Amino acid sequence: MTVETKLPYDKSYVENYSVNQNEPAWMKELRLQALEQAEHLEMPKPDKTKINRWNFTRFKHGAEGETFSSLKELPAELEEFLDKDNAPENLLIQRNNSVAYSTLSKELRDKGVIFTDIFTALKEHGELVQRYYMKDAVSVDEHRLTALHAALMNGGIFVHVPKNVQIDVPIQTIFWQEDPEAALFNHVLVVAEENSSLTYVENYISQNQNEETVANIVTEVIAQDNAKISFGAVDNFASGTTVYNNRRGVAYRDATIDWALGQMNDGNTVSENITHLIGDNAVSNAKTVSVGRGKQIQNFTAKIVHFGKNSEGHILQHGVMKESATSIFNGIGKIEHGASKSNAEQESRVLMLSEKARGDANPILLIDEDDVTAGHAASVGRVDPLQLYYLMSRGISQAEAERLIIHGFLAPVVNQLPIESVKNQLTQVIERKVY
Amino acid sequence: MAGSTLEIKNLHVSIEGKEILKGVNLTIKGGEFHAVMGPNGTGKSTLASAIMGHPKYEITDGSVHLDGEDVLEMEVDERARAGLFLGMQYPSEISGVTTSDFLRSSINARREEGDEISLMKFIKEMDSVLDFLEIDKNMAQRYLNEGFSGGEKKRNEILQLMLLKPEIAILDEIDSGLDIDALKVVSKGINKLRDDNFGCLIITHYQRLLNYITPDHVHVMMQGRVVKSGGPELAQRLEAEGYDWIKEELGIEDETVGQNA
Repeated sequence: MTVETKLPYDKSYVENYSVNQNEPAWMKELRLQALEQAEHLEMPKPDKTKINRWNFTRFKHGAEGETFSSLKELPAELEEFLDKDNAPENLLIQRNNSVAYSTLSKELRDKGVIFTDIFTALKEHGELVQRYYMKDAVSVDEHRLTALHAALMNGGIFVHVPKNVQIDVPIQTIFWQEDPEAALFNHVLVVAEENSSLTYVENYISQNQNEETVANIVTEVIAQDNAKISFGAVDNFASGTTVYNNRRGVAYRDATIDWALGQMNDGNTVSENITHLIGDNAVSNAKTVSVGRGKQIQNFTAKIVHFGKNSEGHILQHGVMKESATSIFNGIGKIEHGASKSNAEQESRVLMLSEKARGDANPILLIDEDDVTAGHAASVGRVDPLQLYYLMSRGISQAEAERLIIHGFLAPVVNQLPIESVKNQLTQVIERKVY
Repeated sequence: MAGSTLEIKNLHVSIEGKEILKGVNLTIKGGEFHAVMGPNGTGKSTLASAIMGHPKYEITDGSVHLDGEDVLEMEVDERARAGLFLGMQYPSEISGVTTSDFLRSSINARREEGDEISLMKFIKEMDSVLDFLEIDKNMAQRYLNEGFSGGEKKRNEILQLMLLKPEIAILDEIDSGLDIDALKVVSKGINKLRDDNFGCLIITHYQRLLNYITPDHVHVMMQGRVVKSGGPELAQRLEAEGYDWIKEELGIEDETVGQNA
């Protein structure tokens, strides 16, 4: 067996890329160091999924996208993601590796909120970005994919909410990979300073059925003391894209990070969603739904690590598997020594719609402290024939009854998404994927 | 002739290879209320489930016809659309599906495509029945039967019955687990439906439901068969004297299924 290990882009490419983007010196340094590390570091080893033959190296790195002068120019592919008549006040659309559209309300600008693409952020808020970029949440040298991400980062955004600023209206981004061969090394950095709050929702979209490419995404979400972040996402990469998606949260004292993730990619996917509850009384609710179809292989890890006392972590994973799809769901609650009075709860449920689909739910509790509470539940099963019988006994056809049961099964996460248009869109994606 | 006719002939039903019903004959016409009574384990609920098409029950002999149409040839949803309704003893809980969405889907399942009930009309109808059955309106937005008390589940079955307006309804122990107030409300709902176009088969273990709903015909089941039929006075005699006199009359020692006279 030969595994492609040679990196597709070399030192001079990375150096030039950084220079062309006018990046600060520290960023260029970070990229070059990461590139070196990438050559030696191992690939990540997600539990029970072999990814060493997956395509993480064949892709095109840079692609520009044209801008939209207004949302009226929005192509049909993106229409369902927005309510055009009621356009969001705070929206950024990234097309390939450039910003196609961006708006932030005057009110938020006046309050000092930063919501901009990562390259602009590096130029205009370099020190602030440097303080958080791949420091407390994700490290460059975790494995080859994080290092490759750092070396080749080619998109993303920076959201920064200053102290004591509460944002009521959601902030939305759409990452659209229009070019079917363009890889996305996207970096999302969301920071809420003390006593601030925000709701952030993102969409990933691509349409490459036949062309192969890669998405290697790192998302870092930092909630400082008493900050509250509600993070929603719908991932919808097409079957040609191999996805590594690492979303990580760090919550300090009295802070909350809530996740509602619709993981609807059609290609092979490794998704990690890990939250570190550093401070006392920190809270995280991590909810994810996914639908697997075709021959795709997916590995989902939802993990909450408790360091702070009296911290609270809830994981809920629901997945529907059809055709020959395979998925592993790892739900991990970890309570470190000293995190007394903490509570770790997790629930993983998989609904199988075909004989050939495979699903595995692994609830894991790792506890290093006595004075805690924890619980888990996991199940892998088929649609309950008695539920079908009940619905059909009211005249509902079998197909419609199954549809109701599947939507109901996914509802706990879908309903959690904070933007109506994104919720509807996730419902439509589920509809498309399941039928 | 008004209303529909459900005709059950020589019905034999097994579950996991064990024969439960051993030849049931019963005819229910529009305008008639029938009560099927009998001690536990005599096959009453099996009769109800088999007619509706419960996946665990196997029909080994006999027939069920609704206005001449072979019910046993139909899928469960077709039976419902043909006009049958079963108020279940243990309704399923369906997480994530609101009672209101479920009701609307059920109503629309009986209507042609393009002729779906309007949202406004649906809400109006649902609200008036919720009021009539003294059900908290929040129930419409709760997930179907999830976390419902026993009484709430039974009221929900009657809510569905009243909104779906079937030709023939079978109510399987709709009175079990109800307190007297709930029993009165449930009975009020069933009585409201009484007219020439509605036939009803009420399966009950206790006579007390029949204090509120007067049946036209009363049948007693034992050992998987109807062993005695009569008018409302039969129910009253059962209330006063229990089942022993029937067993004596028929020479039955153990009335449950699996025993033979």
